[in-house]
Amino acid sequence: MIPELGHFALILGFCLACILAVVPAWGAWRRNSRAMALAPGLAVGLLVFVGISFACLCTAFLQDDFSVKVVASNSNSLLPPMYKFSAVWGNHEGSLLLWALILSLWTCAVAVFSGQLPLLVLARVLSVMGAVGVGFLSFLLLTSNPFARLLPGTPADGNDLNPLLQDPGLIIHPPLLYMGYVGFSVAFAFAIAALLGGRLDASWARWSRPWTNVAWAFLSLGIMLGSWWAYYELGWGGWWFWDPVENASFMPWLAGTALLHSLAATEKRGLFKSWTVLLAIFAFSLSLLGTFMVRSGVLTSVHAFATDPARGLFILVFLALVVGGSLTLYALRAPAVTSRVSFEWISRESLILCNNVVFLVATITVLFGTLFPLIMDALGLGKYSVGPPYFNAVFVPLMALLAPFMGLGPTARWKKDSTRRWQSELAVPALVAVVCGLTLPLLNADYNLWVALAVTLSAWLVLGLLRDLWHRVRGAASLGTGLRRITPSYWGMFLAHLGFAACVTGIVATSQYNIEHDLKMSPGDTEILAGYEFHFVELAPVRGPNFVADEARFEISRDGELIARLAPQKRRYLATGQVMTEADIDGRLFRDLYVAMGEPIGQDGAWAMRLHYKPMVRWMWLGAILMAIGGFTTVADKRYRRARAPVAVPGAEGAARGA
Amino acid sequence: MHPVRKQRLYLVLFVVLFSSAAIGLVMYALSGNINLFFPPAEVAQGKAPVGQPIRVGGMVVDGSVQRSTDSLVVRFELTDYQATVPVSYEGILPDLFGEGQGAVASGVLDEQGVLRASEVLAKHDENYMPPEVADALEQSGYDHKGNAK
Amino acid sequence: MAPRLKLFLPLLIFAIMAVFLFRGLSLDPQAMPSALIDRPLPEFELPVLGQERLLARKDVIGEVALLNVWATWCVSCRVEHPYLVQIAAGGVPIYGVNYKDEDAAASRWLAELGDPYRLNIADRAGSLGLDMGVYGAPETYLLDAAGVIRYRHVGVVDERVWQTILQPLYRELVAKGEAR
Repeated sequence: MIPELGHFALILGFCLACILAVVPAWGAWRRNSRAMALAPGLAVGLLVFVGISFACLCTAFLQDDFSVKVVASNSNSLLPPMYKFSAVWGNHEGSLLLWALILSLWTCAVAVFSGQLPLLVLARVLSVMGAVGVGFLSFLLLTSNPFARLLPGTPADGNDLNPLLQDPGLIIHPPLLYMGYVGFSVAFAFAIAALLGGRLDASWARWSRPWTNVAWAFLSLGIMLGSWWAYYELGWGGWWFWDPVENASFMPWLAGTALLHSLAATEKRGLFKSWTVLLAIFAFSLSLLGTFMVRSGVLTSVHAFATDPARGLFILVFLALVVGGSLTLYALRAPAVTSRVSFEWISRESLILCNNVVFLVATITVLFGTLFPLIMDALGLGKYSVGPPYFNAVFVPLMALLAPFMGLGPTARWKKDSTRRWQSELAVPALVAVVCGLTLPLLNADYNLWVALAVTLSAWLVLGLLRDLWHRVRGAASLGTGLRRITPSYWGMFLAHLGFAACVTGIVATSQYNIEHDLKMSPGDTEILAGYEFHFVELAPVRGPNFVADEARFEISRDGELIARLAPQKRRYLATGQVMTEADIDGRLFRDLYVAMGEPIGQDGAWAMRLHYKPMVRWMWLGAILMAIGGFTTVADKRYRRARAPVAVPGAEGAARGA
Repeated sequence: MHPVRKQRLYLVLFVVLFSSAAIGLVMYALSGNINLFFPPAEVAQGKAPVGQPIRVGGMVVDGSVQRSTDSLVVRFELTDYQATVPVSYEGILPDLFGEGQGAVASGVLDEQGVLRASEVLAKHDENYMPPEVADALEQSGYDHKGNAK
Repeated sequence: MAPRLKLFLPLLIFAIMAVFLFRGLSLDPQAMPSALIDRPLPEFELPVLGQERLLARKDVIGEVALLNVWATWCVSCRVEHPYLVQIAAGGVPIYGVNYKDEDAAASRWLAELGDPYRLNIADRAGSLGLDMGVYGAPETYLLDAAGVIRYRHVGVVDERVWQTILQPLYRELVAKGEAR
């Protein structure tokens, strides 16, 4: 009964989405305020019904209702309740329902928090989001009904959740990632609304900025969790594989980063207007493209969903409608002659331009590398694969190019600045950065040029930021009042840039100084790695709720002092018989020690073991967390709340606001 | 020239230069880092280049996996039921690797026709199970296998 | 007009990409070569399930039929079993290949869940499976009247697979046979 209720709620949600997509848009066209005023209510209703539907699916999972097909194939009565819950989105149908739920959540949030938005704009924005909702809900209902029953032939027990997904990180990774993915639909909706309205002024940038920042922050967190999960769960010690599915989430992030910065220029200076609109369309299109790639089976990937050409075709048609439609609208409505606002070369605008170009080129190269196998296959030129070396070779120089400009960014003034001022401001930070780059890597045993470069660039970013911060608090009576005077949006930028620096340092240090040993070890053996003694104490059988495992117990010591006990496992999950490596990690701020089991060798209890020493690997994720916190912080800025009232007055938007 | 025009000219120049540098970089990176996929039959026919990185995919032949007892060297054969390719790999195999399962090995073909793999990937289909799984099913209390054992 | 046209550039690029994505849908990046499509079913000599009587290739050909590879250890086979019973009830001949299994267990399974098969080949060691290129179970092959393999489905046969893939092919083959 409950699954049928969920299905019914989903159908009602679909109907509401259809009304939301049509009626307020019609109202906006005919200037019918009653039709437009329906939009917020419809958005709330959409959330309620999709929410009910989602709750019903969760109930089916938690109650082990194996007559429901997705439950039977993705859950098991032995599965811990926490994973029964996360199994809801561990499959194609359920994750799509989660997607729809999050979309309605964002739609509802726009309806609730944009009370001061002109009704005309609000109606258009919500209508666009409703239309996107129609696409996803019809996709669910037509090709991937999560409530389909297995009747007759209800199995006695389920197939179990893929053991790789039985992990705390994976409980929150998909929701966060989807919050980011789907969040770009808000920026998209604002951009489309602005195009529909035909007036591409700075006001839409101001409205969509906080939404974009939040979506970007969620996406950063989601990607970070995905990388962290891959690191400790896949048993390889790798944290980024340039796998098509990873790229699918990374491309919207890259485009979103460009969008954030471009929105800043549009809001403050009324610059790059049509460009920003285009970026908003790009960011959301890449989210949709990611969905297409993950769910259609066009690309091989470790964690793609089960594939079905019918689904692929549906998403492709949907993608073509959304992207094709919005780009056509863009071509018709974007002003042919761009803004008349001018800026000098030595200014913050041109630095933002650099950011945009670098991030856009990065997005395109990742997109190209991801689609290259598909293109070659489609042209009949053979089955190629593009490996991580390609992406690294392209990506590393791009990011290195970005860093010098990034250090200048916060200090630079809008419109016109002078190189002389930059020199006087930043000569000291530059010098200190170089000194850091030359000396800090010496702390490690061997000096590495790449690490030196990364430290120099990161130090340059951080020192540039600190210098600017100091300028801002210098005039205040005390340090406290000075710091308090700084706006949340500045703190957001500060934290995000700091996070980027930490991330770069972590990535380079861990890639360069990483030590990995694959070797045969018997109980009693000791192996020394980077000064740490890995002592293999014993091998023991262990039993978990739904698996049995061999556990290798390690004691790790340095200079005779015990540092950590690690117990990696080789699990065999009972329902599927799938074998899984469960690595164990001793994580500290400056280094991780990582032990994973391979397979047994010979008959005498020896195992293939993988030992890793990974310095500063955590900095990467800490950096990503800082970036996300930065993104969230900007929303607290009073500016966004206050700025809404005057925009109802036409013409006020164009006025350039000072820095 | 009008200053706005001039600025646009510089802008276009900058974008063009930067894009061509990026395209050059992409082409350079692509030339060294892509590898072509060959089914074992084509390797047997000598279509695969020796000494260049390639990928070979197929099923791991039943009974072909030989592990060394004192190192991490593993040898196995990949087949597409038309031809088989011997593969040698040193390191830890992925969890999903197994005899009778699909696998893709990437590496370099040597003079003897052995693929020296640097990476082995295994793909597993949930709807689809090899006989080995039977053991684990027994332990899980699946009685719908008809109490065979 | 030129600056206007420039604005259509993103649309154009997307259109080209969409064409490739569409082509990509019909390509399977991990398609394993199915060597036996449009080749005759290999010769074999194996016992009937639970009996000593030997079966050979000639016993299962002569009619358009399905050849289903199954085993009691295969959970997915249990999922598809009711559909097979349903299909068999509709008059479609199905031959079973009991793959790497034990006869007693297989017979009990059929007694319990119903027997959709005309005959069951007991491929205890998996030798027929090897000749056919079976990767695992379940797999379902479509044979034409001459005993040539016309289609191979890997994984569970359910209502969707039957109605959208196998049944149309089956009908086509039957119609072709009648026309001749």
